[in-house]
Amino acid sequence: MDVGQLQRQFTDYTASLFREGFLDDQFTQLQKLQDENNPDFVFEVVSLFFDDSEKLVNNMAKALEQQTVEFKQVDAHVHQFKGSSSSVGAHRVKNVCVTFRNFCEQQNIEGCKRCLQQLRHEYSLLKSKLETLFRLEQQIIAAGGSIPMVE
Amino acid sequence: MAIEAQFHVLAVDDNLIDRKLIEKLLKTSSFQVTAVDSGSKALEFLGLQEEEQRNHHPQEMEVNLIITDYSMPGMTGYDLLRKIKESSSLKDIPVVIMSSENIPSRINRCLEEGAEDFFLKPVQLSDVSKLRPHLLRRKAEEEEEKPQRNIRKRKAIEESLTHMLMEDLNKFISIEDIFGELNYEFSHKRWKFGS
Repeated sequence: MDVGQLQRQFTDYTASLFREGFLDDQFTQLQKLQDENNPDFVFEVVSLFFDDSEKLVNNMAKALEQQTVEFKQVDAHVHQFKGSSSSVGAHRVKNVCVTFRNFCEQQNIEGCKRCLQQLRHEYSLLKSKLETLFRLEQQIIAAGGSIPMVE
Repeated sequence: MAIEAQFHVLAVDDNLIDRKLIEKLLKTSSFQVTAVDSGSKALEFLGLQEEEQRNHHPQEMEVNLIITDYSMPGMTGYDLLRKIKESSSLKDIPVVIMSSENIPSRINRCLEEGAEDFFLKPVQLSDVSKLRPHLLRRKAEEEEEKPQRNIRKRKAIEESLTHMLMEDLNKFISIEDIFGELNYEFSHKRWKFGS
């Protein structure tokens, strides 16, 4: 595949992620912060996000498995996750967090467990999509091209 | 040679991703950044800064602005703000609060406590770019005030010196009086031991 085709694929794929609500404007803000001094900024932040998310989701799961569920504790983890997902532009993940927090407030354990499942699903979906995006980026660079600028 | 004003910002946020983000935003806006993950670490850093200043290393550690998240475990951003405003050495450092929640009462409370500004998360480059003109203005105001401050300082020193001199002078005069009296006493009495 030539550089032009790769670049078009990249642009189309990015557009679809926004269209389908996986990403929002905050992701664009991250891309704007990337420059020659920090060419891997987005990748670094996103990687941090996924590592951190893994830990938070596990903590939530543990907290929900307790005999007596400490909803405040669960909520604290969800609040963290909501913050990080919002900061990286992980739109759908963030929305699940909002719903999750409501269930924590209501002390609705079933609702919480459903949200946890949804979170896991959304976050692994996003992870694989962003991995695809980063792979495309690397292919473009390897082919000697530059990453198309975001609108 | 004109050097662009270097401002040092202390960023406080318990969230790893947000910390990385605010650090990048600040660096992109040409600020020097120190990022810590709690209010207590921030106070520790600021205390260290105070010590450095006392040891005459002001340039390296001086903090020109503190930007802190509101919701943090242990010490919240609000608690940190209060502690800073209660400290005689730190109260003049501008503090900006960040929060993911848009709660007017929270915002008002912070502003009333002396916060300079309130940023809604996720913080944008446009928010951070507001900071530099603000800091430059403050710096300019401080520079204007400097000659006035120096004159006032001088006057205060002169006054205390004069006061000290007058006190010493008075002491000297009274010692003279005492010596005068003692001489008279000695010449008219015998030492007990010597007799």
